[in-house]
Amino acid sequence: MDFDLTDEQRLLKDSVERMVADRYGFEQRRAYLALPGGRDPALWAQCAELGLLGLPLAEEYGGFGGGPVETMLVMEAFGRGLVLEPYLPSVILGGGLVAAAGDAAQKRAILPALAAGRMQLAFAHLERRSRYDLADITTIARADGAGFVLDGAKGVVLGGDTADTLIVSARIGGARCDADGIGLFLVAADAPGLTRRGYATQDGLRAAELTLAGTPATALGAPGGALGVMRRIVDRAMAALCAEAVGVMAAMHETTLEYLKTRKQFGRAIGEFQALQHRAVDMLVALEQARSMALFATVMAESDDPAERGRAMAAAKAQIGRSGRHIGQEAIQLHGGIGMTMEYKVGHYFKRMTMIDQCFGDADTHLAQLADAGSLFEAAEATG
Amino acid sequence: MDLNFTPEELAFRDEARHFFRTAIPEALRAKVREGRSLTKEEIVASQRILNARGWATPNWPRAWGGQDWSPVQVYLYQDEMQRAFVPPTISFNTTMVGPVIAEFGSDAQKTRFLPRAANADDFWCQGFSEPGSGSDLASLRTRAERRGDTYVVNGQKIWTTLAQYADWIFCLVRTNPTAKKQEGISFLLIDMKTPGITVRPIVTIDGGREVNEVFFDEVVVPAENLVGQENKGWDYAKFLLGNERTGIARVGMSKARIARIRALAAQEIVGDRPLIEDRRFREKLAAVEIELKALEMTQLRVVAEERNRVRGKPNPASSILKLKGSWIQQQITELLLEVAGPYAIPAQGNEDGSNEPAIGPDFAAMAAPGYFNFRKVSIYGGSNEIQRNIIAKAILGL
Ligand SMILES: Cc1cc2nc3c(=O)[nH]c(=O)nc-3n(C[C@H](O)[C@H](O)[C@H](O)COP(=O)(O)OP(=O)(O)OC[C@H]3O[C@@H](n4cnc5c(N)ncnc54)[C@H](O)[C@@H]3O)c2cc1C
Repeated sequence: MDFDLTDEQRLLKDSVERMVADRYGFEQRRAYLALPGGRDPALWAQCAELGLLGLPLAEEYGGFGGGPVETMLVMEAFGRGLVLEPYLPSVILGGGLVAAAGDAAQKRAILPALAAGRMQLAFAHLERRSRYDLADITTIARADGAGFVLDGAKGVVLGGDTADTLIVSARIGGARCDADGIGLFLVAADAPGLTRRGYATQDGLRAAELTLAGTPATALGAPGGALGVMRRIVDRAMAALCAEAVGVMAAMHETTLEYLKTRKQFGRAIGEFQALQHRAVDMLVALEQARSMALFATVMAESDDPAERGRAMAAAKAQIGRSGRHIGQEAIQLHGGIGMTMEYKVGHYFKRMTMIDQCFGDADTHLAQLADAGSLFEAAEATG
Repeated sequence: MDLNFTPEELAFRDEARHFFRTAIPEALRAKVREGRSLTKEEIVASQRILNARGWATPNWPRAWGGQDWSPVQVYLYQDEMQRAFVPPTISFNTTMVGPVIAEFGSDAQKTRFLPRAANADDFWCQGFSEPGSGSDLASLRTRAERRGDTYVVNGQKIWTTLAQYADWIFCLVRTNPTAKKQEGISFLLIDMKTPGITVRPIVTIDGGREVNEVFFDEVVVPAENLVGQENKGWDYAKFLLGNERTGIARVGMSKARIARIRALAAQEIVGDRPLIEDRRFREKLAAVEIELKALEMTQLRVVAEERNRVRGKPNPASSILKLKGSWIQQQITELLLEVAGPYAIPAQGNEDGSNEPAIGPDFAAMAAPGYFNFRKVSIYGGSNEIQRNIIAKAILGL
C-alpha cells in the first residue's frame, strides 16, 4: 500500500493548485459569477491548455490517460477554489460516457474536440420523478431511418446550458424503472425539437431543463443495455464529487480555524474558548473521515465488480454527505453573523457542499442503499 | 396535576384558531407557509388586522393595549398563530421596544410611540450588534455624546434586520466611555430619517435581503428620546431579552412545517410510491416529532412557572427552549431539502411576479434557501453557544 503521489501526479497537483490560487480568489470568482453565463470562458481555455480537459482520456484522442487519482487531485483543488467550470459534467461524465459507450468514429469525432476545449458535453439523465434512480426513465427513443428521435423531458442537467452536445438517456423498450431497454443518445444543442432553459444553481454553477419533442438523435454505441455503463461512469463521477467535497470541506475548516484565531469577543480570541476548540477538533475528525472515504472511492472507482463498486460509492457518498453537512453547519455557526452573508467566503462553500449532497443521491439515500446491499467488509470476520 | 386545558382555555384556543384562519388573508399565510419573504406592506397589513382586535400586543400592559392573558392563553395564542402561518408581528415593535417603553419610558414616549408601534404605523428595527460586538454585546462602541438637549451619535450597527423598512431604530449606545462596560450604555430611540444615517444592505446566503449595516455620522438625536435613565440601558436590554421567554421555541411553527412536509412527501413520488411511504423517511419525521412534543411539554412547564415569576426577569429555562427550538427548526429545513431532492439544486428567485414556471415541484424553489437561511436561528438572539454558557452558569452553577 502506498499513499504517495508519483512525480507526475505531484506536478499535476501543483499546476492545478497554482491555477486555482491565481485565478480563483474570492473577488475574482465573484466577478466571473457576474458575467453572462456565470463564468469566464478564458478559464475553460486555460483548463484545456493545462491538459485538464483531456486528462482522463486515452492518448490516442489527445488525452493523457489519467486515472482516478489524477481526477481526484484536480477535483480537490477545484473544490478549494469553488471552480465554476463544468468539468464534472463535460469531462468526467460526458467524456467518460463517450469513451465507454461510443464507437470508434464517435470517439474520434468527440474526444479530441473535448480535450482541446472545442466541445462541451453534458449528461441528461434526471427526470421529474426519477430522483436518484438512473434507471427511472420515461423519455422515449424511436428508431427513425438511420437514427432515432427522442420525446420526453430531462431536468437539472448539470452544465446543460452551454453544452454543445447532450448525452441523453432514453428508453427503446421496457417499463419506467426497468434496468433493460435503456440507451444513450447524442443530441446536438441546436437540434430541432430541443428546447432548453438554462439557469444558475444554488451554488453558482449552471444547469438546464430540456424538453425533447421529436428531436433527432444518434445512438451512442448500441442502445438497449446502457444502464451498466451509466452506473460505471456515474460511480466515477461520484468519486470525483467526493474529492471535490474534500476540497470544499478542507477550505471551510481552514477558514473557520483562521477565524477562531482572529475574531475577538470578551477580550480574547474566540478560539481560546474550549467549547469552540472541541468543535474545531470534531470538524477535523469529520474532514479526515471524509478524506479517507474519498480516497477509498478513488481506489474503487475503476473496480470491474459493479456490486462491490456500488457499495464502496454508496459508503463514500454517505460519509461525504454527513461530514460535509456537519462541517458546513459548524463553519457557519462558528463564524456567527458573518457566516450568513454572501460577502464572505464560507457561505459559498457551505452552499456548494449542500448541493454536492443533493447530486447523485444524498447521504441518507446512499446509507439506505448500502444497508440494503450488505456489508462493506468481507465475511471472514464473522466466521474467522 | 392536570395536564389538560380547561374548557375556557379550549374555547379560547378555538376562538384564536378561527380568527387567525379567517381574518388574515390566505395569500399572506400562503407566503409564510411557502417560506417566501413578505413585503413591508404585507407585514404591516397583517399586524393591523391583529391590532384591530387588540391581538398584536397581548403581552403589553393592559393600559397600553395588552390583554392580561394567562400564560396559557399567551401560549395558545402563539401556537395557533404560528400553526395558521400568520405573518409574525414586527417583533421589534411588539416584543422588544414596546415592552421596554411601556416599562421604562416616559409618559410622553408611551403616548407618542406605543399606539403607533402596536398598529405598525412605525416600523422599528433593533440596533444592538456591532462589527466588534456580537456575543460580547456590552463591548459596543457606538458613541452618543450629550450636547445640550441632544445626543450626537457616531458609530456603526450591523445585522440590523429589516432596517430598510424601518422608520425608527432603538439603539444601545455608549454614553459613558470610562465606566465599566455594562454601566456606560444607554437605550436611545432614533428616527431613521435623521441626517447622517446610512443603511447598507447585506445579502444573506439564501440570496435574501433581511440584514443591513447602519452607519451613524454625527446623527443628532433629541435628548427626550433617551429611554429611562442615562447609562442604565444595559438593564433595559436585559429586560427586553428576558421578555421573550416562551415564543422563542416556535413550537407552533414547527408543527405546521412538519404537517406541510408530510403533505408534500405524500405527493412526491420515489420509484413507484410516495416518499411518505418510505419507512426511513417516516422515521426521520417521527424522530423530529418526538423532540418537538417534548419541547412543547417543556414549554408548557415553563409557561406554568411564569405565573410565579417577576415580569421581565430572564428565565434561564428559556435558553433550553431556544437551544432545542432552533435545532428542531433547522432539522425541519433539512427534511424539506430531502423532499425536494435534486430539484433543490436550481436557483429560483423568491420574488413575487416572476413569470417563469417553476422548475420541478413548486415547493422546491424555497427548500435550499430555507435551509441556508435557517442557520441563523442558532446564531441570532444570543447564539446557541451563549445559551449553553447561560445554562451552565445560571442553571447548573458551573
Ligand atoms: C440573520 C440575522 C439577523 C440578525 N438581526 C439582528 C438585529 O436585528 N439586531 C441586532 O442587533 N443584531 C442582529 N443580529 C446579530 C446577532 O445577534 C449576532 O450575530 C449574534 O449575537 C452573534 O454575534 P456575532 O455574529 O458577532 O458572532 P460572534 O459573537 O463573533 O461569535 C462567533 C462564534 O463564537 C461563539 N462564541 C462567542 N463567544 C463565545 C463564548 N464566550 N463561548 C463560546 N462560544 C462563543 C459564538 O457562539 C459564535 O459561534 C442578527 C444576526 C443574524 C445572523
